[in-house]
Amino acid sequence: MSILGNRVLRSEDDRFLRGRGTYVENLELEGAASVTFVRSLMAHARINGIDTSAAEAIPGVRVLTADDVPLPAFGPPPFGLPPAMGRPLVAKDVVRLVGEIVAVVVSDDRASGTDAAELVMVDYDPLPVVVDPEESLRDELLLFPEAGTNVAGRTAPAAHAEDLFDGCEVTVSGTIVSQRMAPCPLEPRSTAAAFEDGRLTLWLSTQTPHQDRDTIAGMLGLEPAQVRVIAPDVGGGFGAKVIFASGLTEEILVGWLARELGRPIRWTETRSESMLSLPHGRAMRLAYTIGGAKDGTILAYKLDVLADCGAYPTLGAILTGFTQLMSSGVYAIPRVEAEGTTVVTNTTQIGAFRGAGRPEAIQAIEAAIDRFADEVGMDPAEVRKLNYVGEFPHKTATGAQYDSGDYAGALELALRSAAYEDLRAEQKRRRDEGGTKQLGIGLSSYVEITNPLGEGELGEVEITPDGGAIVRTGSFSHGQGHETSFAMIVADRLGLPFEKVTVHKGDTDEVASGTGTYGSKSTQIGGTASGEAATTVVEQAKQLVADYLEANPQDVVLDLGLGRFHVAGTPDPSLSWEELASRAEGDGRLAELKASHEFKGAPTFPFGTHVAVVEVDTETGQVELQRMVCVDDAGTIVNPLLAEGQVHGGVGIGVSQALYEQFTFGEDGTPLTGNLTTYAFPSAAELPSWETIEMETPTPANPLGAKGIGESGTIGATPAVYNAVVDALSPFGVKHVDMPANGENVWRAIEEAKA
Amino acid sequence: MKISLTVNGTKHEADVEPRTLLTYFLREQLGLKGTNVGCDTSSCGACTVLIDGVSVKSCTVLAVQADGSEVTTIEGLAADGQLHPVQQAFHENHALQCGFCTPGFVMASVSLLKENPSPSEEEIRLGLEGNLCRCTGYHNILRAVQAAARAGA
Repeated sequence: MSILGNRVLRSEDDRFLRGRGTYVENLELEGAASVTFVRSLMAHARINGIDTSAAEAIPGVRVLTADDVPLPAFGPPPFGLPPAMGRPLVAKDVVRLVGEIVAVVVSDDRASGTDAAELVMVDYDPLPVVVDPEESLRDELLLFPEAGTNVAGRTAPAAHAEDLFDGCEVTVSGTIVSQRMAPCPLEPRSTAAAFEDGRLTLWLSTQTPHQDRDTIAGMLGLEPAQVRVIAPDVGGGFGAKVIFASGLTEEILVGWLARELGRPIRWTETRSESMLSLPHGRAMRLAYTIGGAKDGTILAYKLDVLADCGAYPTLGAILTGFTQLMSSGVYAIPRVEAEGTTVVTNTTQIGAFRGAGRPEAIQAIEAAIDRFADEVGMDPAEVRKLNYVGEFPHKTATGAQYDSGDYAGALELALRSAAYEDLRAEQKRRRDEGGTKQLGIGLSSYVEITNPLGEGELGEVEITPDGGAIVRTGSFSHGQGHETSFAMIVADRLGLPFEKVTVHKGDTDEVASGTGTYGSKSTQIGGTASGEAATTVVEQAKQLVADYLEANPQDVVLDLGLGRFHVAGTPDPSLSWEELASRAEGDGRLAELKASHEFKGAPTFPFGTHVAVVEVDTETGQVELQRMVCVDDAGTIVNPLLAEGQVHGGVGIGVSQALYEQFTFGEDGTPLTGNLTTYAFPSAAELPSWETIEMETPTPANPLGAKGIGESGTIGATPAVYNAVVDALSPFGVKHVDMPANGENVWRAIEEAKA
Repeated sequence: MKISLTVNGTKHEADVEPRTLLTYFLREQLGLKGTNVGCDTSSCGACTVLIDGVSVKSCTVLAVQADGSEVTTIEGLAADGQLHPVQQAFHENHALQCGFCTPGFVMASVSLLKENPSPSEEEIRLGLEGNLCRCTGYHNILRAVQAAARAGA
C-alpha cells in the first residue's frame, strides 16, 4: 500500500526538538569577525559627512563607508523596473528610508561592534519625506530625481472598455486597503562567509540558495562556480527570505567583506533591524466597482490598484501583476478590467509575503461580492453560487488558465460544516434582542495561483551502497517539511521504507541546480521531479537486475510492497535494493542507480471557501473570532498532516491581517511598529483553534495531481474575517471597516455609520 | 565577574562580563545553541529556559543573576536520549515547522504543565502568551500541550 496520503510524522523534528537545529547563527566559524551595520535614523536625508573616529578608537574595530565599498548599486532585480532606482549597498549621498545602511562596522566580537556602531556620527540634512503612496503618485517630490517619476511599475489592463458596466442594473464601488505587514519569520536573518582558494562560501538564511548564488556572484564579479551557498536550517521565510529578489544587500556585503578582508565574516540581524530590513508585504490600495443584474448575476468588475513598493523597488514592485491576473477570483465575470500602479515611498521595501499579490486580489473581490449581495438583497452564499466558474479548464477575462476546481462543492462543504443556517438564525435572534454582542458571519471563496511563474525544479535520486536512497532537490524547506514529504514520494516509487530515504537540499555544491521555495511550488514541481527521477532509477535498476538474473529487462518487475526485483511471474530469484546495491557496488556499477529529472510544471490553482464567525462588541468595537471553518483544496495531498499544518499557519497570518497586524510609519517616515512590542504579532491567546476540512480535486498539471498549499490559508482567511466583521455591523449601516479590524477601527466604523 | 551555576546537571564556574545576558552565556560560553534568539525586546520567548524549574526568557536575565541557580535548557530535557513527553507530544502533533520557536515553546510548556497539570484550552493559550510562533497558527501547539498533559508530562 502506498505511503502517499498518510499522516507520516516528520523525520526532521528530532533535531529541532533537541535543540540541534543548524541555523546559521549556530555555525562555528573559527576566527570570524563580526559585522554590525550602522543604519539611518532618518527616512530621507542628505549625508553631509560621517565621523568614524570615535568608533575606530575601540580596539579591533574598523568602519567602512560608501567610499570604501567599490561595488555598484544592487538592482533593481530584472523585472523591468527603472534602472535608476537601484539600492546602493552602503548609502553615499542620500538615505531613502529608516534602516538604510550608512556604514559597516567590522569587529572582533559582537559586543564591541554594537558599541562602535553607536559611536559612528552621521551628519544628515533632512529632506522632505513621502510615506503616503497617493502623495508619491503626484510626483511632486521625487525619491530618485534622475528617474523623473516615483512610479516604479505599471500593470496595464488588456484593454480599456468604455462600456464595461453597460447593461448593469446595479453597480457598487468601494476601496479596501490591504495594509502593510511585517512577515516576521521567527529566525532573523543570519549570514556567514569565508573566502578561501579563490572561492567564496556563504551560509545564508534563505529560501533560494541557487538563485542567491548567481545574484551574489554577479554582484561580486565572480563566476557562479566560484561561489558556494549553503542554506542550513532556516527558521521560516514566508516569502521575505527570497534574498536575490528582495533587495537584500547585507548578504552581498558580508560576502564581499570576507573576500576583501581575507577573514571569515558573520552577521546576525537583530529583530529591530529585521523589522526594517526584511521586506514587508501587501501595502496596496484596491478600488473596485462591481456591476450586475438584480437577480444576482455579475456582469462586470473593475479593479484599480495603487501599490507602495517602499524606497527601493524589488519583487514587491511587480506583484500587481498577480493581483490583476487573479482579480476576478472564483467568478465567471464576462468583463473584467484590472490595472495597477506601483510607487516608491520613504519606507521599507515591499517583497513577497505569504500570498504576494494574490491575497489582495481576493480581499477586493470578496469585499465587492458581499457589497453586491447586500445591494441586491441576496444571501452572500447565493450570489457566490450563482457566479462561480463551473467548468474546467477555464480561461478568465484576465488570462488565467484555471486547471481544475469544484468551487460550489467547497462552498457546500464549508456551509454544512459551519451549520450556516443555524448561524444565521442565531444572528437574527441576537439582532432581534438588540444586545451589544452581535454575531457576524463571513464567507470567502478563493482561488489562487501556485508555481505562478510555471517554473521547473531539479530532482536527483541516488541509491546508496546499503540500498537506501538519497534525494537531492533544488527546492528548499524553511519549515515546510521536505525531508518528510519528498522522502515519501521517492519511497513510494522505489518501494523502499520511508526511513531509508534521505533528502539533501540547500548546498549549491551538492545540488546541481535549483529555484528554491516560494509561490507554493515545492511539492508540485520539486516533489514531482524527485518522483520522476526515482522512476528513472527503477528503470535503470531493471537493466542491472536483468544482467544479474540473466533475464530480459522488459521482463523484470519491481514488487513495490517488498522492494524486490524479480522476473514477472517468477518471484524467485529476486533481488532487494540492498542486495542489488551491494552487488552493483562490487561491480563498480552503482553509478547506474542514479538519475536526475528536471520537471517544469504549469501553474496550478488551489481553491476553497472559509467561513468566519465573529462576535463584535458594538460598544467597544472589540472583535472576538469564535470560529474559522476552512475548506481548502490543493489537489492530491502527499501528507495530510503537513498540509494541515500549512493551512493552520496560513490561516493564522490571514486572520491576523484582518484583525491585528499593521506596520505603520509616522509622517516623517519613522517606523512606529519597529519591534515585537509595538507590532501586533498575535500569540496563542489571540487566536482560536481552526476547523480545517480537506478536499482533493487533482490537477492535470503534474503527475502527482498536487497543487500548492502554503499560501491558501492566508488568502482565504482574511476576507472571511473582514466580511464577518462588516456583516456583524450591517444593522448599523456599516459597509466597510478598515483593516486591521481592531477595536479602534471597528469603533470608528460604527461611530461614522451612526453620524 | 565570577559565577557558579548548574546547567543541565553540570556544574560550571565562569568569568562573565557583567552585561552578558544569560542567553549569550549559554550560547557562546557554554556552546548550548538550542536556546534561540528571536527578538531584542523579550517578546518572542524563543530563548525560554528553566531556572530552578520555572520558565524564564533567558534574554531578560543577566548571567550574573543566574549565579547559584540550576538552569535547564532544551538540550537538558531528554533523559537518556529519550524525548521528554512534551517533546514527544510536539513531534506527534506536528507542533513545529521551522523549529526556531520550538525549544522556547517546549520549555514554556514544561513549566506550564508543572504549575497546572491539566490546563484548559484557555489556560494553555494564556500560559503560552509569551511565546510567538509564525508557522503553526498555534493550533497544533495547543494540541501537543493537551496531549502532553494527558500523558502526565
